[in-house]
Amino acid sequence: MKVCQLRHFYLLLTLLCLLVAACGTATTASTGSPPPPADAPAREILLATTTSTQDSGLLDAILPVFEKESGIKVKVVAVGTGQAIKMGEDGDADVLLVHSRKDEDAFVAKGLGVNAYDVMYNQFYLVGPAADPAGVKTAKTAAEAFERIAKAKALFISRGDDSGTDKKEKSIWKEAQITPSGDWYLSSGQGMGATLQIADEKQAYTLTDEATFLSRKLGLVVLMQGEKSLLNPYGVIQVASTKKQEEVGQFIAFLTGPEGQRLIGEYGKDKYGKGLFVPNAKKR
Amino acid sequence: MLLSPNVVEIILLSLKVTTTAVLAGALAGIPLGALLGLYSFPGKRLIVALVFTCMGLPPVLIGVVIYLMLSRSGPLGSMELLFTPQAMILAQFLLVTPIIIGLTMTAVQAKDRSYRETAKSLGASRPQMIWTIIKEARRGIWSGIAAAYGRAIAEVGAVMLVGGNIEHHTRVMTTAIILETRMGHFTEGLQLGLVLLLVSFAFNSVLMLGMMEQLRAYRR
Repeated sequence: MKVCQLRHFYLLLTLLCLLVAACGTATTASTGSPPPPADAPAREILLATTTSTQDSGLLDAILPVFEKESGIKVKVVAVGTGQAIKMGEDGDADVLLVHSRKDEDAFVAKGLGVNAYDVMYNQFYLVGPAADPAGVKTAKTAAEAFERIAKAKALFISRGDDSGTDKKEKSIWKEAQITPSGDWYLSSGQGMGATLQIADEKQAYTLTDEATFLSRKLGLVVLMQGEKSLLNPYGVIQVASTKKQEEVGQFIAFLTGPEGQRLIGEYGKDKYGKGLFVPNAKKR
Repeated sequence: MLLSPNVVEIILLSLKVTTTAVLAGALAGIPLGALLGLYSFPGKRLIVALVFTCMGLPPVLIGVVIYLMLSRSGPLGSMELLFTPQAMILAQFLLVTPIIIGLTMTAVQAKDRSYRETAKSLGASRPQMIWTIIKEARRGIWSGIAAAYGRAIAEVGAVMLVGGNIEHHTRVMTTAIILETRMGHFTEGLQLGLVLLLVSFAFNSVLMLGMMEQLRAYRR
């Protein structure tokens, strides 16, 4: 009996030690130098990007073309902008395609990123139930719309995951000088697709990027679009510490070049009647 | 961070959801497992095969099915249970019950013959006999419950789907770890993982000690 109990204890102790050890290595990895180079079978790069580019299907439309032309395989990790940028900081990715201009500029300013370009933009929509209980449809600005939602205490689902969309939402609340809190303001901590589904199920408002919204069939309707603060620019940045400068350079040149830009502009036209992204390549 | 009110809230919700699910799973699973272990009837082998299959059911699959059932466009949509702790309990209940049934069945089968005959010869009625065997098999049953508890509290796919990871409402330890990781907060994620381990360790130890105590008393 006693032995059994002890064994149980040791097993858990070992697990705990392992975890603590993992903790230690993780911290050193993030503070230390970039990870050692892989024994270069080279012709592949790791792209850290936001869930919106993958969820919308854009990457599936353009990456195969690039891979076929260049022979370079692009491995995609789709995460929140926060994590994508962190991956760049830790040297876990070769190139970033993200949308949070302030963080992008900080990333480049710290010397962690080079070769930064505007690639494209899309817009954010304020969506909600067709009945529009807070009456945001007639609001003039996004901030005013948010104010009405807060005043009516109408259910609002926030992503709350520190992603580009989440940061945009938070900046609009700030503009409206409201600190949203209470039963009506829920934070899903999930990607755009899951958050839209929650909003749809709960008949709530939410801020979404156009691409993800159009690619889903939902009962929610667009209540505000086209307002200046709802524009959503994407940038591509080479991670300064990457060992694959040439491949990354080719990738960025493709995205911002005529063919990449054409593909971006056309993506979604057949399915949704309009392109999901507007190409606007420009060296920063 | 380690034990901020937010983290405590997340831990308590994790414990509440999993404990409720496992209790309900035990109430349903132990009698069913005992019946399966003690009696044979036509089709039993099929049922046993099904139970063992369900013990390995991918949680995410359970999550999708419950999601579709509870969705506003699903058959149970009017109950408005999607993205609530209740939906998470339901998912974990479906996850743990087959495990409890299966392991109870094996435990009871191991005790079956000798105890059944003894109990019968002492003039026990059928319910008395079943109860005696369940009591005798409780070590095996306990390990079933412990395994079920571990699987449920560590599970992430189903609770993410049907709970929605909503802050202050359906965010539990595993979904919080995913969120922290996705935001690039690896340290916080690992800290939560550590808390998760500590909590399961404490919880298991308490239950384990209680059971040892009982066994010892019984022997004397």
